[in-house]
Amino acid sequence: MSLLRVEDVHKSYDDLMVLRGITFQMDRGEIKVIIGPSGTGKSTLLRCVNGLAYPEKGRIWIDGEEVTDPKTNINHIRSKVGFVFQSFNLFAHLTALDNVAIGPVKVKGMKKSEARLLAMEELRRVGLEDKADAYPAELSGGQQQRVSIARALAMNPKLILFDEPTSALDPELMGEVLKVMMDLAKEGMTMLVVSHEIGFARAVADEILFLDEGKIIEKGHPSELLTNPANKRTKEFLHQIIELYGEEREKV
Amino acid sequence: MIYQTLLKEFPYLLEGTLVALELLLAFMSLGFVVGLALSIAEVYGNRLLSTLALMVERFFRGVPAVVLIFLFYYGISDGYDLSPFGAATLALGFRTGAYQSQIFKGAIQAVGSGQMIAARAIGMSKVQAIWSIILPQALRFAIGPWSNEFASELKDTSLAYTIGVVELLRRAKYIVSYTYGNALVVYGLCAILYLILIRLGNMVLYRIESKLSMPGFEMRREGR
Amino acid sequence: MTEFFEFARTYLPVLLEGTALTLQMWAWCILGGTVFGLLLALGRVYGNRPIYALSTGYVELFRGTPMLVQVLFVYFGLPEIGILLSPIAAASIALAMNTAAYQAEYFRGAIQSIETGQVEAARALGMTQIQVISNIILPQALRMVIPQWSNEPILLLKYSSIAFVIGVPELMARAQMIGYSTFRFFDAFLLAALIYLILTTALAQGLDRLERKVRVPTMQIQR
Repeated sequence: MSLLRVEDVHKSYDDLMVLRGITFQMDRGEIKVIIGPSGTGKSTLLRCVNGLAYPEKGRIWIDGEEVTDPKTNINHIRSKVGFVFQSFNLFAHLTALDNVAIGPVKVKGMKKSEARLLAMEELRRVGLEDKADAYPAELSGGQQQRVSIARALAMNPKLILFDEPTSALDPELMGEVLKVMMDLAKEGMTMLVVSHEIGFARAVADEILFLDEGKIIEKGHPSELLTNPANKRTKEFLHQIIELYGEEREKV
Repeated sequence: MIYQTLLKEFPYLLEGTLVALELLLAFMSLGFVVGLALSIAEVYGNRLLSTLALMVERFFRGVPAVVLIFLFYYGISDGYDLSPFGAATLALGFRTGAYQSQIFKGAIQAVGSGQMIAARAIGMSKVQAIWSIILPQALRFAIGPWSNEFASELKDTSLAYTIGVVELLRRAKYIVSYTYGNALVVYGLCAILYLILIRLGNMVLYRIESKLSMPGFEMRREGR
Repeated sequence: MTEFFEFARTYLPVLLEGTALTLQMWAWCILGGTVFGLLLALGRVYGNRPIYALSTGYVELFRGTPMLVQVLFVYFGLPEIGILLSPIAAASIALAMNTAAYQAEYFRGAIQSIETGQVEAARALGMTQIQVISNIILPQALRMVIPQWSNEPILLLKYSSIAFVIGVPELMARAQMIGYSTFRFFDAFLLAALIYLILTTALAQGLDRLERKVRVPTMQIQR
């Protein structure tokens, strides 16, 4: 049974139809990257997956539990799904360590001392154990984002959603975050990523989904979709991306 | 029965509103002058002047309004026959002056030291620079916070009650006194009148503010 | 000058008795007012329609009318519907209700200034709304509100003086009493003024120190 199942999801904001029937699935260990022009609902789709947004039509299941069922305990589902935001959204009044530890303590009922040890482990995993006592305001963007990944990891999630994780970062800082994401991919984490980073997609994605005007226009393995896209719009979009960002960074 | 009395006495109450407004205008004008003087002294004065100004400001901001009213009343009554209205004007005037000096100080600082330096550089004296360059700009910055202060002081006109000024609140009290047992309704009406007055006042001030505003001279509105 | 000191020496104890009462009222007001103010703010930010309407109406009413009117209303008006209060209780309650309204606005401003991103992140972790409010919103809002909030204790200390109008024998009332018995009104009020000055200055400094202590670098990089 698939880990994530999205079925015919529709969502609109006021009069704007942002998602018009999205359907796809993800199995354990898969990595999918969603690309597409801005404002086409990619972030909205991610938010529907963990219940931060509610589709008008369509259903979503995670690990057999239906996210879109009003009777489901949404917080229970969310504790199994990690979310990494474009603007990091770290808790400003907590140190890096406590940012990572607060989820396990408050949502999973872990003891504070235990949670802190776990948090330290996760910070080590993202390479920031020496910043455990720093406040978000004292960290660079790349460091903040890595802490937020550690925060998601501390919940031991079955799936992590990434909403343009590097778009808010200066170019020099993107690398450290992409590296952490690559390591996670290699360790077998199930990841659904919205991103412009084609290089990352090429390196680790099992499938790329091209989203435009609320629909999945095309999907396929990076080796096919990126080199020989079947759809004209996909081709145009990829051209724009390459022009805008230069040749994909192979160093990823 | 009480409602008939209130209807009959309504003009009497409204007159009290006028007294309150008279008082407000009187002491706010005094406060404006005092506040401006204090702020200039604190920002541009020499050591002695600015320390003196600071002490005056601290005193009038640290002592309750009613104490100040009584201080002025009894302090001056020895030499000069001061009416309650006069005492209230002086006390509330100096007090708001202390608060306004904070506003003006902030406004002057918002103008930026560069303006003063530029003015001196073309040969203006300190006084000329303050008068023709700093103040015109500072006063525009001050409009927002100043109108907040104005609206809030409207409520404090009720404090003149304590020394016997026959403004709105005291008139309400007189009505309560001779129509025994209707305090709830009368004071309630009094409160509503103040509420309306303040709403109207705020609207008028907002209108004036918009008329006077210039691009680049907005200051954040905070206040009581 | 020495005359004044003699006067002071004689009457200071009386004034200090009044001061004790002033501080007592003040403490109750701050406590009650802060708690109630916080509840009002939460009502305005998170409450449903009726709660929002009630708390907004309350705030508008108490911020739009003079404190003295509120005190007189509570002391003279409420007995007419069966609520009898002693002068000190009436004054304390009226002042607490007043400060709650102002504090509600300060708290509301602080709560709403916390970017929704943090709320989203907390909910994404699986926290309930109540957990979000108590673990993420309030710890930050309460810190951020201190500069504005610290106006209230100082203001309340000064406005406690209007309690003399309904007969509470606090500092201002005692000064007036001394005036009536010695006819040295000015000296009595001057002494009282000095006491108020010392109290408000000490309070201001204490609050300053508090603000510096709880400060946390809370600047979030905004995008």
